[in-house]
Amino acid sequence: MKKFNLPKLLIFVIAFYAAIQILYSTEIMNGYILHIINQSLIYVILAVSLNLINGITGQFSLGHMGFAGVGAYVSGTISTLVFKINPSSPNGMLIFILAIVAGGLAAAVVGFLIGFPSLRLKGDYLAIVTLGFGEIIRTVFNNIDYVGGPRGLLGIPKFSNFTTITIAALITIVVIRNLVESSHGRAMLAVRENELAAELVGVNTTRYKVLAFVIGAFFAGIAGGLFAHLLQMAHPTQFGFIKSVEVLIMIYAGGVGSITGSTIAAFALTFLSEGLRIGIRAIADATGLPIGGEWRMVVYSLLLIFIMLFKTEGLMGTKESKLIRLKEVE
Amino acid sequence: MKRLSLILVLAFVAATLVTAQDIKVGGVGPVTGEAATFGVSTKNGVMLAAEEWNAKGGLFNNRKVRVIFEDDKGDPAEGATVYTKLIQQDNVVAIIGTVMSKVTLAGAPIAQAAGVPMISPTSTNEMVTKVGDYIYRACFIDPFQGTVGANFAFKDLGARKAAALFDIGNDYTKGLAENFRAQFLKLGGQVVAFEGHPFGATDFKAQLTKILAGKPDVLYVSDYYNDVGLIAKQARELGFTGPMVGGDGWDSPDLVKIGGNAVNNGYFTNHYAAADPRPIVQEFVKKYKAKFGAEPDALATLAYDAANIMFDAIKRAGSTKGSAIRDALKTTNLNVVSGQVTFDANRNPIKAAVIIEMKDGKQVFKTTVNP
Repeated sequence: MKKFNLPKLLIFVIAFYAAIQILYSTEIMNGYILHIINQSLIYVILAVSLNLINGITGQFSLGHMGFAGVGAYVSGTISTLVFKINPSSPNGMLIFILAIVAGGLAAAVVGFLIGFPSLRLKGDYLAIVTLGFGEIIRTVFNNIDYVGGPRGLLGIPKFSNFTTITIAALITIVVIRNLVESSHGRAMLAVRENELAAELVGVNTTRYKVLAFVIGAFFAGIAGGLFAHLLQMAHPTQFGFIKSVEVLIMIYAGGVGSITGSTIAAFALTFLSEGLRIGIRAIADATGLPIGGEWRMVVYSLLLIFIMLFKTEGLMGTKESKLIRLKEVE
Repeated sequence: MKRLSLILVLAFVAATLVTAQDIKVGGVGPVTGEAATFGVSTKNGVMLAAEEWNAKGGLFNNRKVRVIFEDDKGDPAEGATVYTKLIQQDNVVAIIGTVMSKVTLAGAPIAQAAGVPMISPTSTNEMVTKVGDYIYRACFIDPFQGTVGANFAFKDLGARKAAALFDIGNDYTKGLAENFRAQFLKLGGQVVAFEGHPFGATDFKAQLTKILAGKPDVLYVSDYYNDVGLIAKQARELGFTGPMVGGDGWDSPDLVKIGGNAVNNGYFTNHYAAADPRPIVQEFVKKYKAKFGAEPDALATLAYDAANIMFDAIKRAGSTKGSAIRDALKTTNLNVVSGQVTFDANRNPIKAAVIIEMKDGKQVFKTTVNP
């Protein structure tokens, strides 16, 4: 028997939330660290939702940031251009939440539309189609004057904060974990392990692949909306192929199929990238060596190579922490 | 994770070890990524300026400037992180950056909210300085070049009938052409044709035939160098011998490769010319070449200017308070490499543009034109 362990996860998240809030309000931790934590949490949403598509259902999507872009632009349009809200306007928070959800739903619809024709494809072919899709989304935003065209959608109110982002990340983890634990999730795992066998035992494989895309896209859209309301802008280049690859790296470094792994990797890689910025400068200052910030990405890439060499299955493999328990599937 | 926290701890220690006397100023540019050459030039320009100020004894009260230069990768999200880091972690008193408008627009609201003055060397998007009263820029914005081009065509070339050709799908070229037309009409000239061509066109003969039917004295072409080369060739083939004028989109060695002799008798507005005889320009070019082994491009120059404008403001403020530096920036009146600079009410610089002539396939410094 599996025990429902939401309370444990909740306690952990509340403790994490309280600790960060205390550290921040006592000025032990500055706004920079908080900004990195916020970014990490958004990457948690992106990585966990992509993990549902790539890790759990065994598909290969390279267009995840395209979905995030839909969420960012739709929610940004609603909050900035339609309702023109700002953090002090009445009902601002409510409209913001509705805008974020609308962004997620729009991304889900796009995920569904893209899902149907392309899910008859497998492996590399699917990857290419999703890649193309992501670029199409980006180009579309580039050409709509109403949302700023190549200049980007500017002046988005800053509604995303540590509280809203933490809640969204928690909801994402709980929903996707519960989905994986359900019979639907089992069917998705079956599709990953052997699509033909799954079909033979009566799993509607196309349906589950589309479902994975729709739910994955929904949460990517949420993350995109939160990102736009954190940066106070949305720009077409933020949702390109390279950005999708960054999220992909997170799920591979964390362990394909592991929600815990994706979460840890999202935090670790975001902090690593910033830590190197500071670390390399400290080394340069201490030794007088002429190394600048540009070496950061070299070290970052080397570390990634080492992770993949020595831990091929990623940090967590397919294992989950006790907080997010998941049945092992062989 | 242990190692990561060790790195972070080390960094904090290093950050506190900095002598308290130094004035910390942030620098931001895309040192890596798709626009890496822009970032490197920008970093060089800022660092050179800081070195010179420190050699002269610092900004004020013998306090030297210490530039903390960060990489934004040309990515808005990275830009927001870097601005937050510089302001919250390093406690910089001002920021010089960044290059690309989309990244500057992500950083500017953060600087504005924190009350940290910043100056972007090269972000031309009009929205940048509209973010708030702490945000300045060192380059003129796009439309300004059209105005200067019109002044030059009317006064220096003596043209009375002008025609303009531009890319209809590009804000930059369209903005330049519209401002050229407005200024040319204001001066009392006549605009005989104002034609847009579609993005990616290679055959401009239909538009050119229409334009040349009006017998213009001058042709204003605000496109980028690749289109300009083709347009020049086709205009000459159709018998147009008059001068052509354009904007800084012309500034590429490829212009002559594509256009050949056809681009001769062409003039374009630019931020600065290495051949400008003003002593401040020649001194800068010499120093830059000696230190970095290359002629400074417009990005290095504007970064150098932006840094000097900011350092000058800090010196005049005699304080590291954000509001004091902001107020000093407002009253800037400084001779920098790209001209004598003051700021207008929207914190955009008012300064001269240089005109470069295409002569025998080479760029030759022609003159400076005041706004």
